[in-house]
Amino acid sequence: MSAHTASIRSVGSTLQFSPVESLFAVFEWVLTNVYGAGMDLLADLLGIQMLGYPYMQRAYLAAVCIGVIGPLVGTFLVHRELSMLSDTLAHTAFAGVAVGLFLNATFSLSLSPLATAFVVAVGTALLVELLIDYAGAYSDTSLAIVLTGGFAVGSVLITATDGGIAVGINAYLFGSLATVSKANVGLLVFMSLFIGCLVALAYRPLLYVTVDATAARAARLNVRLYKRLMVVLTALVVVSAMQIMGVILVAAMLVVPVAAAALVARSFKQSILLAILAAVFSAVVGVTISYHYGLAAGGSIVLAAIGVYATVLTVEKFTNRTEFLTRWHSPRHSVDQSATKIKADGGDEE
Amino acid sequence: MTATAEQQSEPVISIENASFGYGSVPVLESISLGVESGAFLGIVGPNGSGKSTLLDLMVGLRQPDSGTVRLFGEPATEFDAGERIGYVPQDATTVAREMPITVREVVRMGRYPRRLVGRFSDADRQAVDDALEQVGIADLAARRVGRLSGGQRQRVFIARALAAEADLLALDEPTVGVDAESREAFYELLADLNSSGLTIILIDHDIGVVTTYATEIACLNRRLYFDGDPSEFVATDALAEAYGTDQHVLHHNH
Repeated sequence: MSAHTASIRSVGSTLQFSPVESLFAVFEWVLTNVYGAGMDLLADLLGIQMLGYPYMQRAYLAAVCIGVIGPLVGTFLVHRELSMLSDTLAHTAFAGVAVGLFLNATFSLSLSPLATAFVVAVGTALLVELLIDYAGAYSDTSLAIVLTGGFAVGSVLITATDGGIAVGINAYLFGSLATVSKANVGLLVFMSLFIGCLVALAYRPLLYVTVDATAARAARLNVRLYKRLMVVLTALVVVSAMQIMGVILVAAMLVVPVAAAALVARSFKQSILLAILAAVFSAVVGVTISYHYGLAAGGSIVLAAIGVYATVLTVEKFTNRTEFLTRWHSPRHSVDQSATKIKADGGDEE
Repeated sequence: MTATAEQQSEPVISIENASFGYGSVPVLESISLGVESGAFLGIVGPNGSGKSTLLDLMVGLRQPDSGTVRLFGEPATEFDAGERIGYVPQDATTVAREMPITVREVVRMGRYPRRLVGRFSDADRQAVDDALEQVGIADLAARRVGRLSGGQRQRVFIARALAAEADLLALDEPTVGVDAESREAFYELLADLNSSGLTIILIDHDIGVVTTYATEIACLNRRLYFDGDPSEFVATDALAEAYGTDQHVLHHNH
C-alpha cells in the first residue's frame, strides 16, 4: 500500500518537475513496445531483416514524419509562389546550428544546436516575411541575399570555432540516418503533431491567404498574422527535417511532392493528401535504397521524390492529350474522366 | 441581412474630401462621393486615374491621407464585418489559375469570415449551394478553377461573395480577358443581383457597358469629374475632360 502511494507520488513528482522527461518516457515506451514490436512483427512476416533493426525503425518513422509535414506546409508555400523560402530558411537554420556550436565552444555552454537552429530559423522567417511585406511583392533577390547571408554566417562561425565541430557539421549539411537518436525521433514526432494541429486549426485562413490575399484582407482576415504563421511553420518543418535530409536538400520535401500532386489533384485538400502520399512513398523508398547501397539518405529520398514527379508528369502529359481529344467532342464527359484519371494516378503512386 | 434592414437609410459608403497619394505622387484629390444602399455604381476613368485606389479606400484596404471614408457607417479601415463585403480583385481571372482548387472550395471561402474554424453548419452549406446555383455554375462545382474559361471563373468569385451573403459587391475590372458574349451575360447577372437588392461598385474600362448597366456613374481622373445619373453623364463633356484633355484642364485648375 505504502509502496503504491510512493510510486504514485514519484510519478506525480516526475510530471510536476519535468513534463518533458515524462513525456519522453511515454514516447520511448511507445517507440519500443508498440511501434518497435509492430515493426519486428512486420520484419518476421515479410522476412525483411532490416525492418527489425531499431535504428532502421527509427529512420522509417522519421522519414514518414518528414513525408507528412513537408507537403502539409509546402502545399501552402508552393502555391503562394514562395518555394524558395524553404531553401532560404534551411540555409539560415544552418547558421543557427553554427551559432549553437560557436556559443557552446566559446562560453562552454551546452546548448542544443537544434534549439539555436529553431530560434534563428523562426527569427529569419519573420524577418523575411517583413521584407516581402515591405517590398510589396515576393522578392527573389531578397531571398537570395538572406539565403547566402545565412550560409556565410554559418561558415564563418564554424571556422571561428575549434576545428573539431567541422565533423558534426557534415551531418547537418548532407543529413544522416546514423545520427537519428531516440530523442531526435521524439522531437520530430512531437513537431509533426504540433505542426499538424496548427495547420488543421488554421487551414481555412491559410488557404484563403494563399489563394487570394487581397480578398482575404477585404474579408477582414488577419492576413499578416497568417502569412507569418505560414513562414514560421516552414521554419519549424525545415529544422525538424534538417538532420535527416540535410540543410541543402531539405527544401525538396516541401516542394517536389507538392509539384507532383498539383499536376493531377483537382481540389486543394486532395493535393495535400496526394503530396503527402508521394512524399511518404519517396521517403520510405529513399531510406530503403540508402540502407541497401550505403548511399546518402537525403539524396536518395529527394531523387525518389523527383522520380515520382517525373512519372506523374509523363503520365499526365500522355493522358492530357487523349483527354483533350475527348473534351473536344463532349465537354461534359471530361469531368468524369478527369476524376477517374486522378484516382488512377493516385493509385499508381502507392 | 438584419443589419441591412436596420441601416437601410444610411449610405453604404460615404467619402468626404478624401485624398490619397503614393509617397509624393498624388493619386486621388479631394474626392467626395456617396453610395446608397441598392445602388449600382460604375467607376470609369483612363488608366492610372486612381480607380482601383478609390475602390481600395471604399472597402477599407487603404487609409486616405486626408478626409474620411465610411463603410456601413463606420470608418472603413476599422470596419470588421468581413462577410458583408464581397471583393473581387483585379487579377481574379489569374488567381488560382495554376492552383489545384475546386470551384466549391473557392465559393466556400465566402463563409470563412463567419466560420474560420469548426464544421460548416447546414446553413453554411446551403448558402454555398445557393450561391453556385444563383450564378449558374452548380454543375461546375467539382471542377478545378484553373481549367474554367475566363467567364466561368468570374462567376466563381461572384458566387464567393454571394455565399458570404454580402451586402456590398466590389469588382475591379472583372471582365479583363473574358470574351464579349460571356461579358454581356456577366453584366446581365450583375444587373439581376443589383435588382434583388445587392449594392454593387464596378470598375470597368468599357464605358458603354458601364453606362448601360449602372444606376450611377463616377468619372475619375485623380479628381472626380462627374458623379450622377448615366444619362446625364453621356450628355455632359465630363468624359472628354477626364480622358482627353486632362493635362490642359488640370493646368487651369492649379
